[in-house]
Amino acid sequence: MKIDIENLDIKSAHKHLIDGDFSSQELTKECLNVIKEKNKEINAYIEVFEKTALEQAKEADRKIKEKNYTELTGIPLAIKDNILIKGQKVSAGSKILENYVATYDSTAIKKLKDAGAIFLGRTNMDEFAMGVSTETSVYGITKNPLDTERVPGGSSGGSASAVAMNSCLGALGSDTGGSIRQPSSFCGTVGLKPTYGSVSRSGLIALGSSLDVIGPIGKSVSDVEIIFNVIKGKDELDSTTTENKEIHPVKSREAGISPKVKLFNRARVIGVPNFVNEIDGLDNFTKNNFNESVKKLEELGYKIKGINLPNIKYAVPAYYIILPAEASANLARFDGVRYGLHKDGENGIDDYFKTRGAGFGREVRRRIILGTYVLSAGYYDAYYNKAQAVREFIKKDFEEAFKEVGAIITPTTTGPAFKIGEKINDPIKMYLEDIFTGPANHTGLPAISIPSNRKSDGSFDGGLPLGLQIIAPQMCEDVLFEISKKFLNETEN
Amino acid sequence: MITNEELKNLSKLARIDIKDEELLGLSKDINSILDYVGQIQNVSIDKDVKNVNSLKNIMREDKNPHVGGEFSKDLLKEAPDKKDSYVKVKKIL
Repeated sequence: MKIDIENLDIKSAHKHLIDGDFSSQELTKECLNVIKEKNKEINAYIEVFEKTALEQAKEADRKIKEKNYTELTGIPLAIKDNILIKGQKVSAGSKILENYVATYDSTAIKKLKDAGAIFLGRTNMDEFAMGVSTETSVYGITKNPLDTERVPGGSSGGSASAVAMNSCLGALGSDTGGSIRQPSSFCGTVGLKPTYGSVSRSGLIALGSSLDVIGPIGKSVSDVEIIFNVIKGKDELDSTTTENKEIHPVKSREAGISPKVKLFNRARVIGVPNFVNEIDGLDNFTKNNFNESVKKLEELGYKIKGINLPNIKYAVPAYYIILPAEASANLARFDGVRYGLHKDGENGIDDYFKTRGAGFGREVRRRIILGTYVLSAGYYDAYYNKAQAVREFIKKDFEEAFKEVGAIITPTTTGPAFKIGEKINDPIKMYLEDIFTGPANHTGLPAISIPSNRKSDGSFDGGLPLGLQIIAPQMCEDVLFEISKKFLNETEN
Repeated sequence: MITNEELKNLSKLARIDIKDEELLGLSKDINSILDYVGQIQNVSIDKDVKNVNSLKNIMREDKNPHVGGEFSKDLLKEAPDKKDSYVKVKKIL
């Protein structure tokens, strides 16, 4: 059977694999062909693991034959270049890790391996995930597959592009301030930032440890759900992970409805924060599209309620204090001694200066310096402590809001994908990209971005995709999936 | 407002070599970012902000160590310079 890769999602591919319509090796080869054809221009992948991917596919075919499989067995995925796969290079898009080979599997990868998934390659990203456009990688910029003059978003721009150019059936990204949701919005994909602590950070190259989380990017809500259910769970290698026993494994969930969804469906109330309409940078196209989304949800039977999040206007400023602070501490480990780049200096300490000066790009150096400043004696209380307090206030705002509503919606971004180079010299403009996405990282809440202007023929109203962000209470990913599927008219089968 | 001298000192603390010609651009960027994030000073806090973060450390039992040397070979392979089973650095004292 000919593989129609453009219209294939994980769910349908799984069925074809089980029915023997095509093998995982054939499917993987088809993905590799698409990469060969398109990656030269898009630059979604930094490196393609052709040999190991085909070996994994062969093994998957054997498992399928033996009827020893999961929904992900034989499914080709793309992995962001900050998630460790043992024996493969992983660089976080940085020169300082250019030739680093991972010495262990991240927990998310280990779980995907156990499920039988195939890893096609590592995807491009902003250096150390510091960016919203995938323009700061040492491996060059990634282009948006839907309009190659535009950025794919970031920092998981390579992963979102890989999905959007139909070169894989899903991808892993990481989200610290919007790095899964914003590129998903720009590329017309579905991207989930799970609850903080629901997916282990072991083997994820750290950026802001109180904000980071690994999550899936896919073509459909159910694909993202399938990947999430495999990678989540408590992990002794990450003490911030939590077990949520109420989340049901795929099988029993299919038999019934999750209790969280049942609870949500009793009231079916969705909150719209008042601040959405007060944002200066929100363009009219996006504003109108958001209002249409609100209307659509009402037509689907949801009650819409205005809510107030009084401290949310401080989310981005607080984020750009907390994040550089944590990043400056996390990136102190890159010293040219134990792994990664080494530049020789006059003496031991000069080695550090030379290595770090040569290995880190402009934005990374900027944020390390900023982090060092806000953590230094004399400024700690004024910046870092104040930002932590703001973060607590924002958490309380959401707690209050969730007493009245079961989920909250905003646009994912203030507009569609911007042009390559448009914002590169203005850090504040770049930072403001996080205006809708950052609060979910401050609070640890799960949030999803789904295409909000996709037409039934797959094209996007107005040309470029836009995203609708849905935020739910802690551990309520199921509620996100429920609303998203209704919104996108995804049928359960 | 951060001066170039302060910036040089910060780069020293962060162990990052920053060239003189880069200082001007960096100081402009850092100052505009600080100006922007400084708006959180407008938030009034009526309680002791030092006790805001109520997170606790989660420790594991120090038991069941892995076999000695199990990971050494792989880890040493990544070291820029080594001698036998040691990571090699320049003389410190």
